[in-house]
Amino acid sequence: MTLKPRLDAAAAAANMAEIEPAYSDQQAKVEADRCLYCFDAPCIMACPTGIDIPGFIKKIANGNNTGAGRTILSANILGASCARVCPTSVLCEGACVLLDRDQKPIKIGRLQRYATDHVYRKGVNGLNPSVPPSGKKVALIGGGPSSLGCAAELVRLGHEAVIFEKKPEAGGLNTYGIAYYKMPPQVSLEEVALVKSLGVEFRCGVEVGKDIAMDEILKEFDAVFVGIGLGHTHMLGVPGEELPEVVEALAFIEEFHTRPLHEVEVGRHVVVIGCGNTAIDAVTQAKRLGADTATIIYRRDEGDMPAYAYEYDIAKTDGCDFIFRAAPVKILGDGAVSGIRLVRTRPNGKGGVGPQPGTEFDVPCDMVIKALGQQKQGELLESLFPGIKLAANGKIDVDETTRQTSVDRVYAGGDAVNGGREVVNAVAEGKKAARGIHQALSGEAVEGPVQPTRIGVTGKPMGSGFNNPVRVPELERAYASGQKGS
Amino acid sequence: MADLSINLAGIKSPNPFWVASAPPSNTAYQCHRAFEAGWGGVVWKTIGDPIVNVSSRYSSHDIGGMRMVGFNNIELISDRSIDVNFKEIRECADRWPDRAVIASLMTDTRENWHDMMKRAADAGAAGVELNFGCPHGMCERGMGSAVGQNPDVIETIVGWVMEAAEIPVIVKLTPNITDITQPARAAVRAGADAISMINTINSVTQVNLDRLCPEPYVDGKSAHGGYCGPAVKPIALNMCHSCAADPEVNIPISGIGGIGNWKDAAEFIALGATSVQVCTAIMHYGFRIVEDMIDGLSEYLDGKGMASVNDLVGKAVQSVDRWEVLNLNYKRIASIDYDKCIGCNLCYIACEDGAHQAIALTDPGERGLGPGRLPGKPIPEIKEVECVGCNLCSIVCPVDQCITMVDIETGRPAMSWKDYQDKLAKGEIDPIPAHP
Repeated sequence: MTLKPRLDAAAAAANMAEIEPAYSDQQAKVEADRCLYCFDAPCIMACPTGIDIPGFIKKIANGNNTGAGRTILSANILGASCARVCPTSVLCEGACVLLDRDQKPIKIGRLQRYATDHVYRKGVNGLNPSVPPSGKKVALIGGGPSSLGCAAELVRLGHEAVIFEKKPEAGGLNTYGIAYYKMPPQVSLEEVALVKSLGVEFRCGVEVGKDIAMDEILKEFDAVFVGIGLGHTHMLGVPGEELPEVVEALAFIEEFHTRPLHEVEVGRHVVVIGCGNTAIDAVTQAKRLGADTATIIYRRDEGDMPAYAYEYDIAKTDGCDFIFRAAPVKILGDGAVSGIRLVRTRPNGKGGVGPQPGTEFDVPCDMVIKALGQQKQGELLESLFPGIKLAANGKIDVDETTRQTSVDRVYAGGDAVNGGREVVNAVAEGKKAARGIHQALSGEAVEGPVQPTRIGVTGKPMGSGFNNPVRVPELERAYASGQKGS
Repeated sequence: MADLSINLAGIKSPNPFWVASAPPSNTAYQCHRAFEAGWGGVVWKTIGDPIVNVSSRYSSHDIGGMRMVGFNNIELISDRSIDVNFKEIRECADRWPDRAVIASLMTDTRENWHDMMKRAADAGAAGVELNFGCPHGMCERGMGSAVGQNPDVIETIVGWVMEAAEIPVIVKLTPNITDITQPARAAVRAGADAISMINTINSVTQVNLDRLCPEPYVDGKSAHGGYCGPAVKPIALNMCHSCAADPEVNIPISGIGGIGNWKDAAEFIALGATSVQVCTAIMHYGFRIVEDMIDGLSEYLDGKGMASVNDLVGKAVQSVDRWEVLNLNYKRIASIDYDKCIGCNLCYIACEDGAHQAIALTDPGERGLGPGRLPGKPIPEIKEVECVGCNLCSIVCPVDQCITMVDIETGRPAMSWKDYQDKLAKGEIDPIPAHP
């Protein structure tokens, strides 16, 4: 085993510190004062949870930080983690009208972090349920962002909510799977504590289907929300994959969320297979934990990578290397990884890429991290909910509005349904499911909230991203290709 | 380059920019620094029997992160001896013969005014300015604005002063009065050579919400202070114009109030000022601001083809008139340039909630707005029939030249309210129907 801790505690902590430090009071105020306070603002449209962004920014500008935090958390209970991990450049900040005037959008993510940090430090009221208890109970399978979003909304609508989580802590990937410099796990744990304080019950260390039967849950609860996320990383399917220094990206990231940073073992020369956002997290974290080199291997070209541009920039800034148009053939090593054999790829004429025989080359390395995306959990779902309808790609089929699955009383959201999107999408889907469940249990529909910055809209308001979110780069592409308007 | 030199009632200076009587003009040291920076004149901090000041003294009205949009003070006149002040005036006048050193004075009895006038002339001052405007402290002792608020007293005291005047006398007026032309006329009647305005406005800039006491805070209390800075410019321009347009106030004006750059200065000059005085902007940024005031004003005059700043004096006075002579048949409406519009909808909500409900949010059609040309994002559209041409949308629009006001040909001859009333009385016209 060539993996070992490479940095002392101080160096590891310094390297892994959050990239964007918190705003000072003055910085926040200066930035908040830049906001135009748009009416029916595009940023709200681009937020899947429909946070009243101009509203909370105005509150910061006016020195009402607690109110700003309340505005955020009442729309998105995971506002603190979303402030750190949201790809704001394609969501709210990408929609900021100031891009069209002077190219500098309002730093909405950092302002949101400022406001949520404030209320986590000082406390906030007004999030607790104000309705009488309904006597209805909902079980939530999985303790990740979608379940937290769903449970928080459920208790605020008067229902009991119990989260079953197989890991020791709830929070899902927010607690175990985000690059450290974006968000340390404490942020997620504090969010879990907030959800708990609203009255949600957590049963952690309990695996549904093993420690408790699904039938039992269906008997005890009036409805079930499925927020189980995704499963293991896809296999490489090449010889040598069984070597001990070949690890899954999420397992590697989980390592430094569950152990002191200076005890996390990392190779000297690390190779990461894949080029999505998790791959970027893995390669940058390996570098920051002391690897001499950390290299991404991607079978397509630079312009094809699924990672966001700003993630790619982080990796380049961190000194990570990139090998494009190459795919693994074999992991080399006798009992321990000593290198990886790659082959050049070329377009296969069918929109994909294939190997180019005779172009094999070896890259020495002592650790391989697989970041090929996670598998769907079809088998688990089938075993828990026999007959549940899944789409061809293994995602759970749900009603867009109510989030109900094909199984009576069972709802779903998050990665298990959307195949792996942002935390903010998971929260929004959980919240929608809570409203779907509420409607089924009580017969009453929940609307809104109408954001204060939209009060008085007549004609054709744009609405909130909670109903119909937009993503700006996709719009840019559509606009460029001539599909204007809708 | 245009000639910036002026002669205000016999007080000559190489440019119209004077340091106002205030903390920046307290000492010879500051006066030298001001002249080195290029200021044309310095009106000395008001000289009188030395007073005792409090700590603290200043407070600010900040807006949206912008400091000192408005500013106030509870500082009194000079706390230095009369002898020291005149000695330093002498020193400055000798060292800067091409500039104007003007002594601001405040005292009480006829004998004292005579004495002060003689000493100012002896010190080599180019003129004096009588402080009838200080709105705090001194007025409680029967001086400052206590004088300026009573035209009869102004007339009496200016009369005393003129008996002993060997150099030009400027009377500085307080804005804390209903009609500024009344004290101005009193000064004219008594023979004053010029007037200056405005002094500071009675104010409380802010209440500290922790201790529930305003700033500036003095041991548990505060006091009404004199307000100045950019926020008072519109009030000062109004008063400057009122005097400039009054045929009975036929003496030169030195304009004061919120001037911080050449544009502000040009506006005062166009509304009748011969010189302008600056304090708050200096307290914020220092004497160096005069460099662009000189440069910018010269550029402007050159662009206008004016050889001298004196050509600009009063040029806009006639354009401000009584409401009743404005043309009721003139019409302008708002026009949105969709190539510039960023889709903030501030025009919409301002008009909808704050004005005349003349902007609709409508289907964008082919025109997408905002980053990504957000599909389906409604666009603001002027309801031309409803638009009263109030300007509000063009004012709130954060993009320059995006919403402009466009003249509309109504086909109707010009008709003022007065004309309208005359025609109505003669039965030549039907009443204009009330707005629905």
